[in-house]
Amino acid sequence: MEVLRLQQQLIELTNSLFQEGFLDDQFTQIQMLQDEGNPDFVQEVVGLFAEDSERILSELTKALEMEPVDFKKVDAYVHQFKGSSSSIGAQRVKAVCVDFRAYAETENKEGCLQALQQIKQEFFAVKSKLEALLQLEQQILAAGGSVPMME
Amino acid sequence: MAGGCFLYSESEMGSASVSSSQDDFPVHVLAVDDSLIDRKVIERLLKSSACKVTAVDSGRRALEILGLGGESINSVSAFEINLIITDYCMPGMSGYDLLKKVKESSTLKEIPVVIMSSENVPNRIRRCLDEGAEEFLLKPVKPADVNRLRGHARTLQPTSDCTCDDEVASTMGRSLSLDRRRQLSRTFFS
Repeated sequence: MEVLRLQQQLIELTNSLFQEGFLDDQFTQIQMLQDEGNPDFVQEVVGLFAEDSERILSELTKALEMEPVDFKKVDAYVHQFKGSSSSIGAQRVKAVCVDFRAYAETENKEGCLQALQQIKQEFFAVKSKLEALLQLEQQILAAGGSVPMME
Repeated sequence: MAGGCFLYSESEMGSASVSSSQDDFPVHVLAVDDSLIDRKVIERLLKSSACKVTAVDSGRRALEILGLGGESINSVSAFEINLIITDYCMPGMSGYDLLKKVKESSTLKEIPVVIMSSENVPNRIRRCLDEGAEEFLLKPVKPADVNRLRGHARTLQPTSDCTCDDEVASTMGRSLSLDRRRQLSRTFFS
């Protein structure tokens, strides 16, 4: 049955996201805030996170291209990114932000550039997985099923 | 046994249990955070804890809302806000600056202020508490934190909003004047 297959996929994807450290408990908190009165809450938060992150990444790229680099500005952007990734539970993105801030604090341009690359990778990875998760949920609902609640 | 009007005072004194009639107390929270995502999350958290929420993106905007910013267009009366919850790190006016301004104002100083921060910096925490913050929360804020915040919210609502249960009403008297309620709340909170 289609619904069963989709539900199984969703469970597997969700489990791997947590096991591989892409997401932490904060994402579960976000899911728990979704209810009948706010059925799109997770989708909205993910959407805001994606938009905001892309803005920050663009600003960071520009800031690191400046001569000389304004490391305080870089640090401010990374601080923002750390905050938003923490709020959504994007654990791996948050971890790179911590390293990134250390490089900014020591004004290590090379380190910052490396961290920026890493953060882009982690962000795009978690973004596409979250989008896949949301899509599966939509498909399940469209097929008349209910979204399994994770323990 | 104190009823709905006074249960937050019990939690203020450290009672572990939260009575359901505490939920009847209408709490209007002013939430301040420059992050759109954090505003969205804190708003949802507060609303799911039966709070009314006004969310703004800066300290300056918060003061406008509270009637301190000069122009009071669309300002919520300071008396309607039971609690302010603000992020610490914000461009322009920080949460600490906002806290100071609130506590320095004769009209606003009674409003409890809670500070949120993603960073656990002991000096920062101490400064905020010394300046009169009720509590300092580490982000991301949890539902348990929000439930506890209801205990900090002050009552300056008119008695018609109060839904004390009948037993209390008959013991305490159904109509408590605003002054009497303020007096009682000062006794419990001082």
